[in-house]
Amino acid sequence: MRRIFSVLVENRSGVLSKVAGLFARRSFNIDSLAVGETDDNAVSLMTILSSGTEQTLEQIEKQLNKKLDVIKVKTFDEDRAISRELMLIKVKYNKGNRREIMEICEVMKAEIVDMSQHLMIIQICDTPEKIKLMISMLQQISIVEVARTGTLALSKCIEE
Amino acid sequence: MTGADAMVKCLMAEGVDHVFGYPGVAICPFYNAILDSDIRTILIRTEQNAAHSASGMARLTGKPGVCAVTSGPGATNLITGIATAFADSIPLVCITGQVNSELIGSDVFQEADITGAVESFVKYSYLVKDANDIPRIFKEAFYIANSGRKAPVLIDVPIDVQQQKIKSFEYPEEIKLRTYKPTVKGNALQIKKIVKELEKAKRPLICAGGGVRLANAKDELRKLVEEYRIPVVSTMMGIGVMSTEHELYYGMVGNNGFPWANKAMKEADLIMMVGARVADRAVNQPERVMKDTVLIHIDVDPAEIGKNAGATIPIVGDAKHILSDLAEYEIDGDYSEWIESLNKYRNEMPVVRDAHPGYVDPAEFIRRMSLKMQDNAIYVADVGQNQIWSCKYHVVRNGRFLTTGGMGTMGYSIPAAVGAKLARPDRQVVAVCGDGSFQMSMMELATMRQYNVPVKIVVLKNNYLGMVRQYQHFTYDDKYSVVDLSGSPDLEHIAEAYGMKFMRITDMEGLDDKLDELLSKDEAYLCECIIDPMDLV
Repeated sequence: MRRIFSVLVENRSGVLSKVAGLFARRSFNIDSLAVGETDDNAVSLMTILSSGTEQTLEQIEKQLNKKLDVIKVKTFDEDRAISRELMLIKVKYNKGNRREIMEICEVMKAEIVDMSQHLMIIQICDTPEKIKLMISMLQQISIVEVARTGTLALSKCIEE
Repeated sequence: MTGADAMVKCLMAEGVDHVFGYPGVAICPFYNAILDSDIRTILIRTEQNAAHSASGMARLTGKPGVCAVTSGPGATNLITGIATAFADSIPLVCITGQVNSELIGSDVFQEADITGAVESFVKYSYLVKDANDIPRIFKEAFYIANSGRKAPVLIDVPIDVQQQKIKSFEYPEEIKLRTYKPTVKGNALQIKKIVKELEKAKRPLICAGGGVRLANAKDELRKLVEEYRIPVVSTMMGIGVMSTEHELYYGMVGNNGFPWANKAMKEADLIMMVGARVADRAVNQPERVMKDTVLIHIDVDPAEIGKNAGATIPIVGDAKHILSDLAEYEIDGDYSEWIESLNKYRNEMPVVRDAHPGYVDPAEFIRRMSLKMQDNAIYVADVGQNQIWSCKYHVVRNGRFLTTGGMGTMGYSIPAAVGAKLARPDRQVVAVCGDGSFQMSMMELATMRQYNVPVKIVVLKNNYLGMVRQYQHFTYDDKYSVVDLSGSPDLEHIAEAYGMKFMRITDMEGLDDKLDELLSKDEAYLCECIIDPMDLV
């Protein structure tokens, strides 16, 4: 089972390592982790994707809540969230495949943001599945480097 | 005023009267400032024991125990003691000196990243960057350590912060922690559910853990038990929350517990765990035991509930509040048949121990010693075979039984006994250890002598690491590996060297007279009991 943990934490030094250390210490999985400040610069949001049994996922939430630097933990399943990930991907190209790459970008709504004679950087911001698909398409060409943000997610706007 | 002065003022504001520790340059400003206070400093002989002594003290006073050591190796030596307190949920405030702030991260002499190193053994830790934060940090640390699930908190203070001049000192009255609000009162609906289940139950059983003691809920538990006549068993950490002589108390459960207590756990149709972790040592295969049983789990730590077994009724809160709320109800249940069968089990399942002629029988020795001990005596058991014998045969009335059931750190008993005796000089304190665990902490005999701490130490000597030997006996067909302690010193000489009275007991003859001699006066005593090396728990 996979779940998204949206964790509001105090924006202090050492908090990331405490939270990451908790996952390591109790052998919880981290499938993806993204951290950034919120609108309040004293508070950061950590978006953690984890997987495990129902019991493990419950323990993760409880153990996170025990950390004194954790302000609030929200959890939701992927189908109840809007998730996005940003990826920059550097590929090597030649005359023969340039057209093909540009077509892939068009279909995938990706953008070429930098290029030289043989290299280009493509930017894509989409759901984790689309990012995966993009990688597999470009793998057949020639990937030089990949940088990904990890998944960001907010629960869907369902008003009660 | 300096940061160090402020640290000492904070300790005074918290009513701290003893600090256990070991100085080094990085904590010297603090140890200089403490000279101007009434706080008694105890120079322990190795840092790990500073935490154990603080733990012994905390368990008697109900307030966080305090230890203060230097940076680097001083701080890292403390870790086992901190981890022990963490596993046993004992509140400590641990102060460590640190190298100059500007040098942090450059691997200078005696620098260690102690806040990083203890992260998984503390409830919280601080690295103080500005001496003006000291009052707030100490106030928070004492509150965090001793509320909710109790635990150690570490404060790391660089030497320049201890030396930093501050203009004023004001100890805060309130704590502002938006991320920390432990639940105290139990949910009323859940309490009603418990009452309903108790009324339905035919064979209810309370399993009391260390949390009952930590919540100071001993009286509330007894009241509930006696009013509704519900039988009780305990975990190792829960020993002593009920008098072991109480008619409704059936002893310790678990793989080292009594067979009738375990049978009670198996046959109960309702188990109420109070302040106990449902961990492997207490409950064999928790998920299986609980399948057909109503499990009520009372714990102050929400993460403990459902960790090892899914509870039918989980209830988060302080055991004292929840048990007294429960006692408010009229519970209509009659469990006398169940009690009758438990009594039958207890009578029909005697624990048979092999005879060991020519040796001291540790079980009988412990039983007879505890009957001669003062009514409110403090008994500290170490780790190993001695711990199991102590758990099973020590008779607790209004006294205390201290041991590290969570972490199982060898060498705990002597330093913890020192802390307990300093906390309660009026009470008799006996530490019982094996010859392995004794040698892990025998340097503390010097602490006892220096500060005149009259603790009695019983060493059950078998020239083996007995618990491991026993394991190798059963698991590896008596192929013993690294368990022979035959190089051990002559304890009579050790006692003489530290100016202690000494007694060697080699068999059971005339034991009562010897016990009278051992226990009669409030003086330090080293008592060596020669037990059969092949004895099993």
